Amino acid sequence: MNVLVALKRVVDAEVSVRPTADGSAVDTANVRMAMNPFDEVALEEAVRWKEHALATEVVVVSCGPSACQDTLRTALAFGADRAVLVQADADLQPLAVAKLLKAVAEREGSGIIVCGKQAIDDDSGQTGQMLAALLGWSQAVAAAKVELGGDGALVTQEIDGGAEVLQLPLPFVLTVDLHLNHPRYPSLPNVLKAKKRPVEVLLPADLGVDVAPRLATVRIAEAPRRRGGGRVADVSELLSKLRDEARVIP
Amino acid sequence: MATLVLAEHDNRALTPATRSAVAAAMSFGADVHVLVTGADCATAAGAAAGVPGVVKVLQAQASYLADQTAENVAATLLAAVRAGGYSHLVAPAAGLGRAVLPRVAAALDVEQVADVVAIEAPDTFVRPIYAGALLATVQSRDPVKVVTVRPIAFEPVPAAGGTAPIESVPAAADTGLSRVVTRESSRSDRPDLASARVVVAGGRALGSAENFKLLDALAARLGGAVGASRAAVDAGYVGNNLQIGQSGKIVSPDLYVAVGISGAVQHIAGMKDSKVIVAINRDPEAPIFQLADYGLVGDLFEVVPALLAALD
Repeated sequence: MNVLVALKRVVDAEVSVRPTADGSAVDTANVRMAMNPFDEVALEEAVRWKEHALATEVVVVSCGPSACQDTLRTALAFGADRAVLVQADADLQPLAVAKLLKAVAEREGSGIIVCGKQAIDDDSGQTGQMLAALLGWSQAVAAAKVELGGDGALVTQEIDGGAEVLQLPLPFVLTVDLHLNHPRYPSLPNVLKAKKRPVEVLLPADLGVDVAPRLATVRIAEAPRRRGGGRVADVSELLSKLRDEARVIP
Repeated sequence: MATLVLAEHDNRALTPATRSAVAAAMSFGADVHVLVTGADCATAAGAAAGVPGVVKVLQAQASYLADQTAENVAATLLAAVRAGGYSHLVAPAAGLGRAVLPRVAAALDVEQVADVVAIEAPDTFVRPIYAGALLATVQSRDPVKVVTVRPIAFEPVPAAGGTAPIESVPAAADTGLSRVVTRESSRSDRPDLASARVVVAGGRALGSAENFKLLDALAARLGGAVGASRAAVDAGYVGNNLQIGQSGKIVSPDLYVAVGISGAVQHIAGMKDSKVIVAINRDPEAPIFQLADYGLVGDLFEVVPALLAALD
């Protein structure tokens, strides 16, 4: 079973971002970048399948600028077998990424595609589902537990007020939640070895995909900040404020 | 051309989030139709017909729609969109809509616009990015606009008062893809977290699942729901479905009580639109205090019992 893991290079979760001065984009110049944390969980899951002989090969793919090679090499250090970069400097939106991933999956003969349930930059949470639809495959979103068997998987996903277990026949697309596992730290020897390993580079045109964005960004603005900072001395002051000032309790 | 809303329902009633989606759909200025899918959903279709502002209800029934799997609902929704010639497709940004709408958008070869919090024009939408730190205004160039809307951003239309006709539409053929094996809902008599008027949320400082019972008691006393930070969920104190934040639920209750929560940006993304925020934390420097209307510095194991005693 060939497993394809889709990885996005994003602004590190600890960095706070701002709009550019003209409000036309997010200012990502000179900020620290990292692998999308949700995708890291997807990768960890796939590598575990390989270690348990449930997968024969784990291929990682990233779509974006050439700097995504760093992310892919991190994935190789994690234990991925091969890496593919679909290089594009333009703004890649979810539908375009889903089309690129479909083309790569068909080229690789993948039976399972795993990715994070959302990326922490655009927070769209839709690429995996779009990919599943383009391929006509089953999907599970925000998987919290996965039991992979011979002809499919049992996937637990959180739903409002509970959980449901889905039976997914192969092939399928899985998007994962952060709770699924705790990703490892790659060892230093593996990190060093990964630096020398090849990354295959493709262009969207090689895959016959038009990646022109469908959404135009009108503007990027900072969200209004909440003005807080009020303090109360004790429980009785808190309750009287909630009753008489805020009027949120009787 | 009309707007089609995908209903989330339990075979009896529409979720309040669906009525928020109808409110958002009405802002496009065209007729609003609602699609209700299921195996035995006539009562829910009747409820949809009673929602003021809805012009027509489409009801698609088939045995294999009973579990509302994403693949089968998407196939039926796609068929309805193709048959009806809709310009807009709307669903609440919640379980069903998040799973289904991207599939339909991809099949229509259009980009989905997720988690919309404001509609500036029929083709122009505002959505939060970077855990809500930034707001992106985007304009869709696609012929069909497929959007999920954040329920807390749109005041739901009333549940009753309308009299729309109900039309049966064919369900698409069974895709034979994913199948629900079990579905457990931990229904309680407490309000649903997403729509509760009061939310009491706990963080890692609670220290154990046992200690979360303190918050249960406070929530019960205030008629609210219990939520949690990701740290508390990861520590195993409560289930994932109580998580509030960027990757969990987005809530905006009248009163949000953050207990032992430091206030990471990922958590704030899920609660900063609450009307009144109370923070109880031992660390006076915790970032949650910058956000709170009423901050109380103290040990939660003293403050919460004192609150309970004072409320009784």
